[in-house]
Amino acid sequence: MTQETILEARNLSKAFGGLVAVDNVNIQIRKETMHAIIGPNGAGKTTLFNLLSGVMPVTQGRVLFKGEDITSLPPHKRAHLGIGRSYQITNIFPNLSVLENIRLAAQAKGKDNFKLFSKADDFQQYIDKSVEVIDTVGLSGREFFLARDLPHGEKRKLELGIMLACDPELLLFDEPTAGMSSEQVPELINIIRKVVQQKSRTAILVEHRMDMVMSISDVITVMNQGRVLAEGSPHEIAKNEQVQIAYLGDLYGELT
Amino acid sequence: MTENINPKKNRFLTNFQDERIILVFLVLLIAFPFVMNLITGTGLNEGVTKFWQGQFIVFFIMAVFAMSYDLLMGYGGILSFGHAASFGGGAYTFALLMKHWAPNFMSNYRIMVGSINITEAIVLIFVFLAVLLISILIGLLFSATSVRLKGAYFAMLTLALGSALYILVKATDFHQWTGADEGLHGVPVPLWLNPTQNRLTIYFISLIFMFVCYMVMKRMVNSPTGRVIIANRENEDRMRMIGYNPVVYRTIAFVSSSIFAGLAGALYSIWNTSASPTMISAVMTINALIMTILGGIGTLIGPILGAAIMQTISQFFYTWFGARWPLVFGILFILIVMFLPYGIVGTWRLKRLDVKNGWKRITGMLSRKE
Repeated sequence: MTQETILEARNLSKAFGGLVAVDNVNIQIRKETMHAIIGPNGAGKTTLFNLLSGVMPVTQGRVLFKGEDITSLPPHKRAHLGIGRSYQITNIFPNLSVLENIRLAAQAKGKDNFKLFSKADDFQQYIDKSVEVIDTVGLSGREFFLARDLPHGEKRKLELGIMLACDPELLLFDEPTAGMSSEQVPELINIIRKVVQQKSRTAILVEHRMDMVMSISDVITVMNQGRVLAEGSPHEIAKNEQVQIAYLGDLYGELT
Repeated sequence: MTENINPKKNRFLTNFQDERIILVFLVLLIAFPFVMNLITGTGLNEGVTKFWQGQFIVFFIMAVFAMSYDLLMGYGGILSFGHAASFGGGAYTFALLMKHWAPNFMSNYRIMVGSINITEAIVLIFVFLAVLLISILIGLLFSATSVRLKGAYFAMLTLALGSALYILVKATDFHQWTGADEGLHGVPVPLWLNPTQNRLTIYFISLIFMFVCYMVMKRMVNSPTGRVIIANRENEDRMRMIGYNPVVYRTIAFVSSSIFAGLAGALYSIWNTSASPTMISAVMTINALIMTILGGIGTLIGPILGAAIMQTISQFFYTWFGARWPLVFGILFILIVMFLPYGIVGTWRLKRLDVKNGWKRITGMLSRKE
């Protein structure tokens, strides 16, 4: 773990009309950490993600990636800088094969995007890369399935694969296990852990499964009603009284 | 695990059978006028043989127009109701220059290579370059509207843009140039391109034109760029997130599609020796839409088939039902869409894949047991 900051949000705010979804958020993501963002529904986690990945324009504040201001950079340029994002709602290319889904992502950073008259399948480097990614996320044997025909759990893996094929330095996971059954979750967690540690990447994770968050993250930020409530190691967060009242208390109360 | 990853053998969207089928058709179509000539005994440039050549010429040109529409809608997922602007734009550019500029130029200048007068050829090349330029400009104009608008709003704006051009060519203010309502008639074309005297030449030119356009478009949709254009159809948000700028790829789709449509329009203008407002009207776009849906969206070969069906049906239905034929055709179209929602080629491909996968599963099961 280093102390270097890879992504920073300064006084970040987003308002939808009168509703302030993200309210003056300051957050620093250190390099090579697994940073989880938790909070009850409507806490502004996904909105924060949309601001960090550039899907939505910010109302106020700045976003810095490796010290560079990227606040007004569109998503495709952020992707080129090395920010990858997966979605809470499965967001894939439904009528293309699994291989093509990932191959497209692998091709994005290459220099062959404007070759109108050569055959896409002749660029072996992207296919090799895709096969490697398919192996990593555990979709081997599914290469020629249409993405829409995959079961939900595998769609989530494909979602992950698309992000990985872009070879990002910073991965934004928006509820990677959303909708998965509890038996499938450990496998996906292992994959996530592997891909983040393997290439010393940094990950930001929005997740609802507390056991998962507690076990894999290095730092946890708790959000509530658009604000940062607390930040610290999993251990510190679990002990934090404010957090317990706002969020964990409810959940653990239900469980016990 | 990885040794069987050969996308060239397992491509889903492309298949080699297409090329073989189209080659067979090419040979048949080349032979057609001569076979007709043998069967009916009428000369190559008279009677039934000549009439059917005409029908086929329209089919070839319409096929290219429908394919260009498919490139935009079927592959790019861009539903434009103003696509006829490119077709009509090409037709009008050609007709206007040939009628108002070329005769003056040819009477004032004479460009010779040795003893051969190449003025006419130079003029034609120049006019086609102008058609190309106008098509690119129209493509850029339409893609500019897609930067901010999506879905129905975008479709409405393309309709409005198309209609604006339609009104422009119909404007009485420019009557002396465009002929307003009547359009431009009697466009002087070189003798060797004259549709009455040298119909066979146009027949082969438009046949080759269709074939070349098909091959080029086929190549384009399988290129790295084409694949990204397909991704735009599938999921624009995701495409942006993995690092592609959708606007850039939509512009490429628009401009290339517009070029094909514009060239088809220019050829149509040669065939008719005229350019009329119908060529630029929304009806023209709807025709391309119908042909594409009939044959199968996103198949390229489908629109060719759709154009052939449209051309044949309109011919026969007109003799059977008279002026009310579109009514009967409408019912037929609804039935086809109901029973074959992916069009003729599209449905066939879907079923074929099912059959193929079925066999694969059976052989897979058998080999696993051993």
